[in-house]
Order: sequence, then structure tokens, then C-alpha cells
Amino acid sequence: MQPLLTTQNIVKRYANHTALENVSISVPKQSIFGLLGPNGAGKTSLIRIINQITAPDEGEVFINGEKLRQKHIENIGYLPEERGLYKKMKVGEQALYLAQLKGMSKSDALRKLKEWFEKFDIATWWNKKVEELSKGMQQKIQFIITVLHEPELLILDEPFTGFDPINTQLIKDEILQLRKNGATVIFSTHNMASVEEICDHIVLINKAKTILEGAVSDIKNTYKSNVYEIEFKGNMMAFTNAMWTGGELLEKAEKNGTSKVKIKLLGNHKPNDLLQAIIQHVEVQSLNEIIPSMNDIFIQKVTEIKEEIQ
Amino acid sequence: MNKTLLIIKREFLTRVKKKSFIVMTILGPLLIAGLMIAVIWFGMKESDQQFVLVVDDTNPVFSELKSSASIKFEYSDMSLEQAQNIFYESDYTSILYIPENILSANTAKLYFKKQPGVITIKSVENQVENIIEEQKLLLYNVDRETYDKINTDFILDPFKLEKSGKQEAVDSSKAWVGFGFGLLIYMFIFLYGVQVMRGVIEEKTSRIIEVIISSVKPFQLMLGKIIGVAMVGLTQFLLWVILTITIVTAAQVFFFTDMMDPAVQAQMTTEMMEQMQQSKSAQFNLNDPNNIVNRTDWGVMLGLFLFYFLGGYLLYSAMFAAIGAAVDNETDSQQFILPVSLPLIIAYTVSTMIVNNPEGPAAFWFSIIPLTSPVVMLVRVAIGIGDGGVPYWEVGLSMGLLVIGFLLTTWLAAKIYRTGILMYGKKVNYKELWKWLRYSS
Repeated sequence: MQPLLTTQNIVKRYANHTALENVSISVPKQSIFGLLGPNGAGKTSLIRIINQITAPDEGEVFINGEKLRQKHIENIGYLPEERGLYKKMKVGEQALYLAQLKGMSKSDALRKLKEWFEKFDIATWWNKKVEELSKGMQQKIQFIITVLHEPELLILDEPFTGFDPINTQLIKDEILQLRKNGATVIFSTHNMASVEEICDHIVLINKAKTILEGAVSDIKNTYKSNVYEIEFKGNMMAFTNAMWTGGELLEKAEKNGTSKVKIKLLGNHKPNDLLQAIIQHVEVQSLNEIIPSMNDIFIQKVTEIKEEIQ
Repeated sequence: MNKTLLIIKREFLTRVKKKSFIVMTILGPLLIAGLMIAVIWFGMKESDQQFVLVVDDTNPVFSELKSSASIKFEYSDMSLEQAQNIFYESDYTSILYIPENILSANTAKLYFKKQPGVITIKSVENQVENIIEEQKLLLYNVDRETYDKINTDFILDPFKLEKSGKQEAVDSSKAWVGFGFGLLIYMFIFLYGVQVMRGVIEEKTSRIIEVIISSVKPFQLMLGKIIGVAMVGLTQFLLWVILTITIVTAAQVFFFTDMMDPAVQAQMTTEMMEQMQQSKSAQFNLNDPNNIVNRTDWGVMLGLFLFYFLGGYLLYSAMFAAIGAAVDNETDSQQFILPVSLPLIIAYTVSTMIVNNPEGPAAFWFSIIPLTSPVVMLVRVAIGIGDGGVPYWEVGLSMGLLVIGFLLTTWLAAKIYRTGILMYGKKVNYKELWKWLRYSS
């Protein structure tokens, strides 16, 4: 399937530094695409280029195979990390204004806004001034404004900051629902737990360059290191005696008669070989493959690069 | 373009709906009209009846002072010293002291407890003057008729004679009308230029800017804001004009009708009446063709006022918008505001100087340069355009340069604006601004 958005060799230079160096990404349709990277890596620069706020020095952006143009603005919903509203303006009036700036007709915008306000149970806020709302409330309004015109592409930069757990779940559910309805989401965050939870693809940018890109499951598979965790009842001595040369004991711990060990399998050995070796000596309760978290991969990748440079 | 309209509409409506706008719009003319009325009213109003003790050293010649409803004269044999001693124990509101040598010195003294109104002083003055005149006529054996023939009120009428043979009265009072318009432009540019700057800073600090410029181009936002605020300014100006005229007209009807009252007029001496007639015809009589109101070409002045106001405002507000984009808060804006407002202040200073010489070289140059022309040119064109006034080509050149000037500054300001609005937490200096100017889009 044709990707919704691709960028080809994007270069963006500022006076003293390069923000993006040959960044090429491909965002599949109806995916939730994590845009990851440490602070100052160039994420915001890339987002601004996709939003046509700034133009790249080199390279091109395509949406649905078409070169990015002015008219695509209406297909994009953008929730910036640094976001705010006019403080003195009334909530409803402001939402209407921003929706119209995105190209919606007034009646359309009004109808859809009413729907969303009902859905989030905030209809009473309509005539309040923004400054009377809490930060979390303002974030909700901003989210509604971002998705109101039903864009094909949503760009959400740290969408969950400022929300309590209940509202975080609410917004998360809405994002998943929007994807189901056909939207593609570019999701920029530092929160690796939420990446794991909702992203299907990611790209990792560091120091202006792409260092990792692909489906989350693929990446995890590449980064798993054949380590297994086994829980068993029985003597630790018996277990270590039973261990054979196909595995290396990394960690062990004993608590209330239950032991937990981490084993790295060497060569072509499979977990079954391990089980066969120990099953007669201890009572195995569970065996799990240790899959690296996105957090681990993120830190590993970024530090690797740091070391390379040094 | 449609989106720019949306922005203009928002900028206009949010400002016009503000309490401060409504208060300023109503209070402004009330204050101006109120001040004008108060000055005139208090000047004319006689608070109490005046009771004047006359101490006359030339006794008995000054017995002809006539009491009226508002002034009562009482003669006494007291010396000035005695009169002064009893002054505060008495009911007299003032002492009129007529010295022995009044016919040669031509002065008398009026001592008062509380400052009497203009009318009292005028009335006493006129009566005494009349009596002195009568005495002098007697003294020199001249009859009244001859005196009236000799008494001369001479006026020199200066005219400018054009090459074409057309004659025109020279008058700097017209230039003062132009100066008034120039002053308005000066104030409006500051007032609304700063509003544009504040608006930009507000969008930057509230962080709404990034949401908006993902929907519209920064230039559209800047232009929308500038035009929206300009319309607020024009609305306010229009409302001020309408309200001021209404208030002044109403005040004339309510407060000054008694001036036309025959009972009041009867109290005035004939000479006072004449004086009032004269001053009225010179300043207030709208039917007199020599009146400053009628000598001013309002069509041309209003047209040019609108043009130069818009041109000057667009020129300066683009710069103010750029300042707003470059800084993070209003305190940081000071260092940039000064150089931007300097030419405007110079323009104001120059126009105060050229009011009396609207055709000198300073007047010419400052009315051509776009940064100062919006204020200075209005002083000059008030005299007239074309034959006898500012040559057409000068007005045309000035207007053309102003248009070029504002296109140029808007283009440059847009470059700074575009970069500045996305720049947070950075102290900006002129070197940095120069760099922004050279960024390509």
C-alpha cells in the first residue's frame, strides 16, 4: 500500500547548525507512527516542514504521492508541543475561529464542535473564557480543535502532557478510534511506555539523522538478544548443576523458595533445549523471552552513537 | 484571502468588544467636549452677585457707574486704606480704586476676595473706559461724532499674488488645522502600532502562534492583524468625530442659549456686544466665508488624512509587528521601539516648527520622506494644493514614496516576523535581526 507520507532526503540548516540531515521517512497509511529522539534531535524541525511552517533547504515531502502543497494544510491536524489559546477569548468562539482557519465552513464547524463538546461532556464551557479553564481543560479543547476537521494526517507532539491518567486514557482511546476511522497519526513523544502501547511504526532521530526506522515488532525482534527468564521451585544448586554449555547464566535471585534466573542462550540453542536440560532437576513455573523495551532500545541506540562520536 | 478576512474579522471584533475600547470611545469625546465646555462655562459664569465698593480719588466725576442685576456699585468717602481695612468685615466682593491721575495713567485697580468672572471685569472695564473717554472728549473739547470718525481700527490684509493672477489670503491658521490632523495621525500610529505589537506578543507568549501558522501563512496573520487594528482605529476616529459633534451641539443648545437671551444681552454694554459680535464672526459664525472652518477644504483634508493615516500606520505597524515577533515580552521591546518611534517624534517636532513656514526646505524634505511625511505633509497641504499651495508633483511624490515605503517595510518586517514568532527564549539583538532579514523563505 502506498504510504500516506514520505519525506525524501530532507535537509534543514540554520545559521549555526544542521537540524535535519538527509532525513527520509515513510509513514504507512492508518498507522500510528512514533517520531522519537532526544531533545534537540530535529523532531520539531521535521514536523514544521511537514506542516509547511518552514521549508526544507533540500529534499521533498509527499502526501499520498503528491508533492506537499498549500492545499494539504486542510488534510493535516497539528497539535504542537508548545500550544496555547487566546486567553481572553471565549472557548466556543475560539474553536470556531480556528476551525474556520483550517478551511471548515462555519456551520460545519459549529455542528461538529457541538458533537465533540457533548461527547467530552464539556458543553457548559462554550461561553467561558479560556483563562477560566484549567490547563488540562485547555488541552482537551486543543485536542478537539486539532481533530475537528477530520484530517487524514494527525501530528501530535507530546499529546498527553498535562493530562491526568483518566483523561490520558480518554485521549488515547480517541486517537485509536481516529486511526480506526482512517486517520494516520504521527506521534512525537519522549514517553516510551506510550510508544510501546500505541505505535506500530517508529523512526528514531538523533543529531539530525535517522538512526532507526521500522515496525515496532520488527525492531524489537532485531534487538532481542536471546535472553530468557525462568521461574522455578527447587534448589538453585541443582539448577546450576543442570545448566549446560549452551547457556550463560546472567542473573539469579531467590525469594520464598521461588528462584528467578536470566539465561542467555548461546549458538543455535532454542528454549526447548534449555527446558530439556533442567526439567528433571527443578520444577519450572514459567519461561519468558526477555524482549527489550523501546526505552532500552532508545537509550542503547543513542548512547551507541554518542560513543562512536567520542 | 478568505482566511485573511477571518483574521481581520477576529482582530477587529475582539478589540471593538473590549470594555477599554468602549470606554475610550465614549470617554474620549466626553473628556474633550467636557473640557472645552468647562473652560468656556466657568469663564463666563458669574457665581455670585458682585458688590463693588468704589473708592474714587477724583471725586465726584465717576458717579456715572451704573449698577445692574449682577453688579452693584456703591460709592464711599473712605480712603483706599480705610476701605481695605474694612473689606473683609464688609459684604463687598471687591473694591474699585480710581486714582487721581486716571486720565493720564489710564489705569484703575480692582481688589477682590475671590476672582471675579471675565464678564464682571469686562463690564467694569468698559464702563470706566467709557467714562474716561467722555471726560477726555470734554477736556479736549472734541465732540463724540468727530471722535468716532477719528477712532481707527486698522487692519493689514496680506495676499499672495500668484503668477496666474490669482490672489489668496496668506494664513497660517489653515496650517494649524493641518497640524491638528498631523497630530491625530501621530497619536493614532503610536496607539495602534503598539496594539499590533502587543497582539503579536500575546500570540507568541500564549503559544497559539504555532497552531495558527500551521493553518495560514505568517504573512496572512501579520497582514490580518495590521488591517484589523487599522479598522479599529478608523472606527474609533469616526465615533469620536460623531460623538464630539453631537456633544458640542447639544451643549451649545443647553448651556449657551441664555447668551442669546435679550435680558442677558441688555445687561451688556453696547461695546461688549460689538466685541462679542466681532469675535463671533471671526471664529464661530459658520455663515462667514472668512471663518477658518469654511476656508479649510475639508474634502481634500479628510481624503489626505485617511491616505496618510493608513499609509503611515501600515508603514509603522509593520515595524511594530516585527518588534513584537522578535521579543518574548513587552519589557524587551523597549530597545527596539525607540529607534522606530524616533522618526515619528522628529516628524511631530518638525511640524510644530513649520506651521508658520509651510513652504521652507525643511517642510519640503520631511514631507517627502515616507517615515515623516504622514505627519508633516498634512500641515503643508492644509494651505492648499496646486496653485498657491503645495505643488501637485510634491504631493504625488510624497504619496508614491509612502506607498513604496510601506510595501518595502512590510516586506522586510514580514521576514523578521516569520522567523521571530517561532523563536522562544532568545535575547534578540540587531545582529540577529539582520541575519533573519537575509534568511530565504
